[in-house]
This record gives sequence, C-alpha cells and structure tokens, in this order.
Amino acid sequence: MTDNKRQHSKPYLVITHEDAAQNQQQEADAAASEHYNLRLYVAGQTAKSAAAIVNLRRICEEHLAGRFTIEVVDLLVHPQLAAGDQILAVPTLVRRLPPPLKRVIGSLADTERVLVGLDLRSGHHK
Amino acid sequence: MDRNVTTAPDLGAAKPLPKAPTGIAGFDDLTLGGLPRGRPTLVCGGAGCGKTLFAMTFLLNGIQRFDEAGVLMSFEEAAEDLAANVASLSYDVAGLIAEKRLVIDHVRIERSEIEEAGEYDLEGLFVRLGHAIDSIGARRVVLDTPEALFAGFSDEGVLRAELRRLFGWLKDRGVTAVITGERGAGQLTRHGLEEYVSDCVILLDNRVHDQVTTRRLRVIKYRGSAHGTNEYPFLIDEGGISVLPITSAGLNHKTYNEAVSTGVTGLDTMFGAGGYYRGSSVLISGGSGNGKTILAAHFAEAMCQRGSRCLYFGFEEGPDQLIRNVRSVGIDLSPHLSAGLLRFETARPSFYGLEMHLARMHRDIEQFAPGAVVVDPISAFRGPEVEVHATLLRMIDILKTRGITAVFTNLCGEEHQPSHGEHGLSSLMDTWISLRTIEADGERNRALYVLKSRGMAHSNQIREFVLTAEGMCLREIYTGPGGVLTGSARVAQATREQAEAAARVRDAARRRRQFETQKNALERQIADLQAALEKEAEELAAFSAEAEEHEAGLARDQVTMSASRRSAE
Repeated sequence: MTDNKRQHSKPYLVITHEDAAQNQQQEADAAASEHYNLRLYVAGQTAKSAAAIVNLRRICEEHLAGRFTIEVVDLLVHPQLAAGDQILAVPTLVRRLPPPLKRVIGSLADTERVLVGLDLRSGHHK
Repeated sequence: MDRNVTTAPDLGAAKPLPKAPTGIAGFDDLTLGGLPRGRPTLVCGGAGCGKTLFAMTFLLNGIQRFDEAGVLMSFEEAAEDLAANVASLSYDVAGLIAEKRLVIDHVRIERSEIEEAGEYDLEGLFVRLGHAIDSIGARRVVLDTPEALFAGFSDEGVLRAELRRLFGWLKDRGVTAVITGERGAGQLTRHGLEEYVSDCVILLDNRVHDQVTTRRLRVIKYRGSAHGTNEYPFLIDEGGISVLPITSAGLNHKTYNEAVSTGVTGLDTMFGAGGYYRGSSVLISGGSGNGKTILAAHFAEAMCQRGSRCLYFGFEEGPDQLIRNVRSVGIDLSPHLSAGLLRFETARPSFYGLEMHLARMHRDIEQFAPGAVVVDPISAFRGPEVEVHATLLRMIDILKTRGITAVFTNLCGEEHQPSHGEHGLSSLMDTWISLRTIEADGERNRALYVLKSRGMAHSNQIREFVLTAEGMCLREIYTGPGGVLTGSARVAQATREQAEAAARVRDAARRRRQFETQKNALERQIADLQAALEKEAEELAAFSAEAEEHEAGLARDQVTMSASRRSAE
C-alpha cells in the first residue's frame, strides 16, 4: 500500500516552533510547566507519516499552544533509534515528557484518541 | 553400490535444497541437513515444550559452530532473561553480543501504553529487524514469538497483512529464520501463523502418558525436501536439545565377521564363531537369580580387557553395588572403571519415559563412543509393548550403525517356552542365550543354552553352569532320561557312570581270562588228537608193509609151486 511510496528522502530531524536554547530551558523544567516533549517516529515520507505530522501540529497548536516540542524521527535514516524507544508501528507518537511515557500510533487522524493518548483529555480539553 | 538391493527409499535422493544446519543432534539427520536456508521456518508447540530453546539453539549454534551471526527478536522474554536461560547451556551470550555476532532485541508490547489513533503499519518492526541484521551481517534470525503482536494491536487486518509482508521480507533478505508460535486450539498456532510460513513447519509436543512426560518433535512440512515424517522423541537437558531419529531406515548396517569373547571360556566354544559377532545384539534372558547380570558383566570385563570401551546402562543396581556383587564371582570391574574404559549410566526406569531413556542413552553413546554396550535389564522398561519394542528397535539401530556389540538382559518367567513379549524381542536380536533353572531332586541348578545365533553354527546343548569365585563356569554335559542332569543328580550320574565303567572293565578282563583258559584247553585237545592221528597213521603204514610182504610171499610160493609141478610132470 503506502510502503512502495516510501522514499529514502533526505534525513530530517525537525524541531519546530522553538529555537534550541529555549527548547533546552523548557525541557529542564518541563514537568513543572507541563511542557510537552513529543517525538514522532515515521519511516520515510509516506501518506500516513505526512498526515501524522500535519495532524500532530494541528492538535498541538490547539491544545498545547506554546508548550510543546515536536521531533520527527525518520527511522529509515536513524534505524538504531527504533529499538531504544520500542517502536513497532509507524507512525508512533511518543510523549517523552512529561512522564509517564505515552504512545499513540497511527496517522493521528482521530483527535479524541490522540488527546486520550497524550493524557490531555481530562485536564486540557476546551 | 548395491543397486540391485531394494532398501528403504533413500531420503537424500531428492534434489538438494540448501540447508542451514541447526547443530541440534539428530535433527539435522532427520531433515537431511537442517532448516531450509534463506527461508522462514515455523516452530510451534504448546507452552513449555521447548520452542524458544529450539530457536535459541539454532541461533547460537549458528554463531558458534557455523559462523553465521544471528539476531533474536524476542516478543516475550526480556533480553537479560533470555541470556540467563541459555547461559545454563554454556553459551556466553553477553560475550557473543560484545563480539557483534549476536543481537538480542526485546520487543516490549504493552497494550495499555498504546493508544491507536488512525492508520498505522509495522514498518518500525521491519526497520528494527533490518537494522539488527545489517549491524552484524546476520544470516540467522529468530522471532519468538510474533504472535504477541496480536495482544498489542487491535487491528488484526493490518497485523495479518504485515506478518505476511514480514515473512516475505525475511525471505527476500535471504536470512534463515525461525519463527515460534504457541499451539492454538484446532490449528498449529493460536493466530494461524502457519498460513504465512509455507516452507517448513515443525511441531513440538510434550505429552504425559502414565505420569511420564515425553517430548516429541515432528516435521509437519518441509517444502522441497524429503524429511523424516515420524514423531521423534527429543530431549532437553544440560546439554541442550537432542532429537533421536531412527538413524537408518534400511537395514543396511555394516556387518562384521569378527567375533568378540563372551567372557566365559566354555560359552565361547558353544558359538561357531568363538563368541558373539561384533556389532550384533545379544539377548540374555532368564528368571531372577539366574546369572544374567553376571554373564553380562563377564562380557563387559572381556571387552575392557581387550581395550575396548564399554558402556553399562544399569536400571536395577547402582554402580557400586554392581561392582561389589560381581566381584563376589571374581569379576573385578573397578580397574576398568578408573581407567575410563568402563562407564556406568544408572537411572531408575520410572524416572523418565521410554523415549527419554532412549534419548539419554543415545547421547551417552555418542559421547562415550563405546565398543560394547550392556543394558541391564530391558525388562525394567515398563510401557505398552509396542512402545517398548519401538524403543528397543531404535536402540539397536543406533548400536548397529556404530558397530557396537550390545548385550541386553531380560528378566522373564521360568516357562521353557519364551513368553509372548520375548517373541517380539527375538526378531531384534541376533543371538539369544537363555538362562534357566532346572529343578530336580530338591535342588535348583542353573543351566544355559543358546536359543539362536544368527549367522553361525552353535551348540544345541543345555549346559549347566555354576557360579564360582572365579566366575561363571560351564560344566560337562550329563544327560539322563529326564533331560539334562544337574547338581547332585549330575554328580550321582557321574559316580554311577564311573562305577559302570569300572564294572565293564572288570567284566572284559574276566571274559578275556575265560577265553584264554578255553583256548588253552582246546589247544591241548587238538594236540592229543593230533598225536592219536599220527599213531593211527603209523599203524596203517605198518599194516600196509606187512600186507605187501604177505603178497610177495604168496607170489614166491606160487612160482616155487609151479616150478615144482613142472618138474614133477
């Protein structure tokens, strides 16, 4: 299906919205300020991964404005990261901070489930 | 070579499919080389039947013995646990990982941590596996067991598609893979993995029968290759897994014309060849206390004295007890034991199932490489006759292919005719010595005879033997109207025969004397008659002379008379 559309594109580790210094600062006291450090694992540029990136940005803008970091990791470029973070399915969204670690898999099209998966359903919904 | 001889089909005749040896003793024999190289194999079975161990053995042997690096992807056990589990099999897992010859990746699946929001696939798994394979140049892969994925993901459709893709991908990568699967109800694996792995399927089984567990292995399917189709028992112990195939389907064992001593001088001469044939199987049957073990121990001693190794499987006595007991009849096995020529393997028969015993014995034989084996006694194996028979058949097969002379003792009843069970045994045995006791005149005495001995002339006599401080000793044969005479009766018969012989000697002497007397008398008579005859002849001669004289006188008278008459005229 989408597999044959996977391209071995340029490596990209995208850090959005925050510059690096600010990022570090925010990570330091993430727990206190409920800063969300999110990592999205994809494998090549497929329709699903593109959709996941778009969906994730949208959800974050809506629910976590100003207090999130998104890293996108392409496993085709950094395959060694798959084992360490226990990635099986792609796309996988991992909430690295705040603890505990949370995972959401899929294209993140189902916003409700993403919010449940990120523990945003109870405290931060509109 | 023997084209005209029809034997069982040669399993190796099929066109060769490249194989990856597992290094599991016996398994590579029955699959004629191992698992299909570059293809996935499914190993399935119930809980605790050795799937993971099988897969790990395949992987670790591949690394250590065949220089093929390996990747283990475990979906169940954590890497540390796995390392600990196989460390007991003397594999240095940590060392292999450090040497970059092994990668263990533990895939942890926690359903509660995963939220599904939209479409996904399992590309992450492929990436992980691919990276692991590439990082060490792996040729072998174990997935143990990907069925755990079904617990982690709710979209079964995606899972099945991805699993199908995974097995195809493994094939494309050209790695030899073992995938394990838990046995499910009505099908081989719980989630039907067998649907995707079509090249080779192996079923492991763990069955309890009469409170004894036996592990069995069966190759259900092996595309493109012949394979043994039976269920084979296999063994898991401190040495890992070993499978016990019937080593040869045909009966084309090498035969030997050389004889080996039975250890009993008199018994050797009862066999035309001077003993048992090398590589033959010998059955010693008899009732309790008939000396079966002693005869077997004699053989063991004789083999050791020839410098041949002997492996003694005892199922009734421990080694110390046995050595003490046979020493009482002058057989000293302890020097051979300390010299390493003799080895005892003793176990309670009920400790394992038949197959397990067989597998253990097989392994011991492999390790010790003996020239002779004693199994004392085979009657200790309890179980359905068919199974006992099959076990022994395989045992004998193992021994024969290695040219090992084997002595089996068998406890049987006292009937003169072999029991039903023994009829079954007979076909397996080349030589059969029956020990029995003969009860007569208030005594029990031991006797033996050679019931059969294939390929050689043998004595048809029932020989009494006694157990002396110098060992088993065969006695001369005494037969009487009621059969062989033994014990006191034999002694009495001997005395009687001696007396009779003496009487016969005396009688003959008397007859000779009588004859002499008579001859002398007759000769005297002959002399007398001869004398009388001579006298008669003399008389006859005298009379004849007188008569002639008389005739001559008469003639003279007539002449005188006629002359006188003429003168008167």
